[in-house]
Order: sequence, then C-alpha cells, then structure tokens
Amino acid sequence: MRIHQHPILDFGERKTIRFSYNGQTLEGLEGDTIASALHAHGVKKLSESIHLKRPRGFYCAIGNCASCNMVVNGEPNVRTCITPLEDGMDVRLQEGKGRIR
Amino acid sequence: MKHVEVLIIGAGPAGLSAADVLLEAGAEVALIDRSDRPGGQLTKQTHMFFGSQEHYASKRGIEILHVLYDKIKDHPRLHMFSETTVAGLYPDRVVACVSGQRYFTIQADIIIVATGASEKSLPFENNDLPGVYAAGAVQTLMNVYGVKPGDKVLMVGSGNIGLIVAYQLMQAGVKVPVLVEAAKTISGYHVHASKIRRLGVDIRMRTSIKRALGTDHVEGAQIWQLDARWQGIAGTEETIEVDTICLAVGLSPLTELLQQLGAEVIYINELGGHVPRLNEKFETTVEGVYACGDVAGIEEASSAMIAGKIAGLEAALKQGYALEDAQARQAALHTSLKTLRSGPHGEKIRKGHARLGART
Ligand SMILES: Cc1cc2nc3c(=O)[nH]c(=O)nc-3n(C[C@H](O)[C@H](O)[C@H](O)COP(=O)(O)OP(=O)(O)OC[C@H]3O[C@@H](n4cnc5c(N)ncnc54)[C@H](O)[C@@H]3O)c2cc1C
Ligand code: FES
Repeated sequence: MRIHQHPILDFGERKTIRFSYNGQTLEGLEGDTIASALHAHGVKKLSESIHLKRPRGFYCAIGNCASCNMVVNGEPNVRTCITPLEDGMDVRLQEGKGRIR
Repeated sequence: MKHVEVLIIGAGPAGLSAADVLLEAGAEVALIDRSDRPGGQLTKQTHMFFGSQEHYASKRGIEILHVLYDKIKDHPRLHMFSETTVAGLYPDRVVACVSGQRYFTIQADIIIVATGASEKSLPFENNDLPGVYAAGAVQTLMNVYGVKPGDKVLMVGSGNIGLIVAYQLMQAGVKVPVLVEAAKTISGYHVHASKIRRLGVDIRMRTSIKRALGTDHVEGAQIWQLDARWQGIAGTEETIEVDTICLAVGLSPLTELLQQLGAEVIYINELGGHVPRLNEKFETTVEGVYACGDVAGIEEASSAMIAGKIAGLEAALKQGYALEDAQARQAALHTSLKTLRSGPHGEKIRKGHARLGART
C-alpha cells in the first residue's frame, strides 16, 4: 500500500530496513515508523484491548492516544506511530497491558 | 539537573516562531518535540495554505516549515530535542522528559507550551476497529511516510480538514466515494468542497455514520440520515463498501501538561475544549509559563505563528533582553492577529475569545 506516484510529493529512493513482525521477516523503508511499515504490508491490527481483547490499530499517528502500542524488542507499550523503524527490530502484537520483563 | 533559560514544548509553527524570536533576542532555547522531525501539523500539509498573504497563504505547509526551521536550526544557542516527549510539568518549572529508554529532567526559567491539539473521535458502534483513523493520522501516513491508509475511504466531516484530506487521498490514488456531514451546510470553505465534488465525491448533508462493519478491521460502513434533532432516522441506513473510515470531526487543545501544573483552564466550546486562561502577554496563571498556538484554542497555522512570536517576545522581555522596537513589534503582532480573526471565518474564534475574556 505504498504511494508510487504523487503529483506533489517525491519520496525518492529509500533504503530497505529488515525487521521482524511476530517472528516473520518483513521489509520497511528508511524514514518509516514501525506503524507505517506495518501498514504498508496491510497489517492494521497492532494490539488487543485489555478486557474484551478487541483488535486495535493506530488512531492519531502522532503519539497522542497510545492506540498503537506494541511490544518492541521485548518492551511493551511502545508507541509505534512515532518510533522510527530500525534494522533488526523485533516487533510483536501486544496483548492487553503487555508484560514488563 | 540540567538548566536551560527557555524551554519550548512542541516544534510546530507556534513553537518554532517563539524560538526564532527568543534566539534573536539572545536567549538560550531548548526546543522539545516527541516526533522525529520538527513542524507539528505542517509536516504533512501538502496543500496551498489558506490565510492572509503576509502569512504565507498559497505556500504549502511543508514549505512554510522549511522557512521557519531553516532559519533557526543551526543556531548555536538552540538545543533541539527530537523524539522526546514531555511527560510531566512540575512546580518551579521542572520538566520531565522521556526519550526512548531515557528519563531526565530539565529546569527552566521560562516555559512556553506549544503542544498543539489532538483529534477528536465520534461515538458509534465499532469505532475502535483498525481502519477507523483520524484525518490527521491519514494525512501523516500518506504525506510523511508515503503509505496509503486503504483503497476506499469514507470521510466523516466537511470542515476544511475533511475536505482537504479527501482531496489529498485522491491525489495519493485512494478512492473517496462518500463524505458525510451531520450539519445542514458545509462547514469548510466552499472552494474546497466544489473541488472534491468535481472529482466525484458524493457529499451527503445531514448524514452520519451509524456503525463500522468488520471483525478484525474495517470492511464497510453503515451511514444514516439525521433528523432536525441530529438523531439517526431508522430505515435510512445504507451500507458503503470501504476499508477505511476517516474522522475529521475537530480537534481539542492538548492542555494536560498545563493542567498538571495547576494553570487555570476553562472550557470554551468555540476554541475546541479546555483552554488556558492567558493574560495579554500570553502568560498562563502560572508565572513564567506561556502558551501559544492550538493549545490555547484551535485556530490556524498563520495565527499560531503570530501567537508564537508574541509569546517569544514577551518571554524575552521578561528575561530582561532589550529588543529593538519591542513595543512597536508587539502592537503590530496583535494587530495581525486581530486581522486574521476578522471576517466571517473568524467568527467562531472571536466568539470563543470573547467568552474566555468574559470568564476572566
Ligand atoms: C488537514 C489540516 C489542514 C490545515 N490547513 C491549514 C491551512 O491551510 N492554513 C492554516 O493556517 N492552518 C491550517 N491548519 C491548521 C494548522 O496546521 C494548525 O493550526 C497549526 O499547526 C497549529 O500549530 P501549533 O504549533 O500550535 O501546533 P502543532 O502544529 O500541532 O504542533 C505541536 C507540536 O507539539 C508536539 N507535542 C505535543 N505534545 C508534546 C509533548 N508532551 N512532548 C513533546 N512534544 C509534544 C507535537 O509533536 C507537535 O509537533 C490545518 C490543519 C490540518 C490538520
Ligand atoms: S496512534 Fe495515537 S499514539 Fe500512536
């Protein structure tokens, strides 16, 4: 779901970044946040809600609402909409509040 | 604990403008933003700006951002903290910051809060499904990261944001079959509405969303007509095939930090929600703590820039810097702000400020 042609914006050549999502290797692009890279692959569900285990995706995309919390490199409650994607990151769906190790 | 002379929270148009004036005056400035890039809302605004000529109208938001940021970015007295969230404000102007795994505090002589706003949501069934996104989020995803939110979008809200984002979605190759608006009339500029209508968007007045359909993510939307009391009319439901629902239903000022500090806030509907009570110097009820931009009432980038300059100027004077023509500049800035708020589109803002003034 990348934008390939745009009348105003030119996203240029961007380096590929490899990361892991629930154990599966995916590719994102330089400049992506974790959430944008996942969305480009059609991954919209990022976590499950605390009580009813309902699917959660992002909402504000600017770090306001915590709707995009995921477990990143073992750390829960990372706001993936404002966290830049890095090579080798381990990203996982978060269940409820997540567990702090 | 680190100490800095002036600490600005938020590097949107308001924060950047305040920083510019303070640096010019001679102050040392820390500018903090939770994002990995400065600019706030401007980072995603690919459209030509509305607003007055002297305030960059017909320049794109992203271009205005470069003008503002390039002017200050290499200044030796500017300390830029990006990817840093201000998590708390404490007495004596102690600011608690979180950056990745790091937590630290900074004490400042002056704090300028320019945190902007957060987007509102709407109550309807399944409004928590992935694929229900705020308009600004859709804009960020497309225009900053180059990713489409989906293939087909239902837009909710006909304010300028809804109209502009609908247009930007189509620029990115995304279909926008329908836009619903609960009111009787378009609430944004009619030029924007005509533009998207010409591109085939079916704009439905007195219509709202009833529920989102889908289990794991949005697979459709049910809309219905509203009666004169804004209640849904049973039997008018219609299912629309979309994979994304975009909510452009307004913003509310991000005043939590100010509230934590004990600055007085007042609920003013016309300004978007709780806004700080400010004196004519844009200082809150806590001495040395200023507020400017959307956090002090939802408005525009043009007014955020002027407000940022006013707050910056006042803060510089409070710190004892002698600024050339300070009085004349202040007067000119206040006049510009007044001009921006004149005319029919400024009516809501004027009303809001009048109500705020009456309450103080
Ligand atoms: C779709 C759209 C179109 C628009 N079009 C126009 C237009 O054509 N003309 C016009 O004049 N205006 C327009 N606006 C309005 C304009 O963008 C805003 O009024 C303006 O950006 C407000 O500036 P600001 O500096 O107050 O806040 P923002 O631009 O919102 O910046 C606030 C900054 O603070 C940061 N922040 C918030 N909380 C924290 C925290 N706790 N810690 C660290 N950082 C934090 C945020 O990350 C952000 O960068 C538009 C807005 C939208 C959404
Ligand atoms: S989507 Fe709101 S914090 Fe990330």
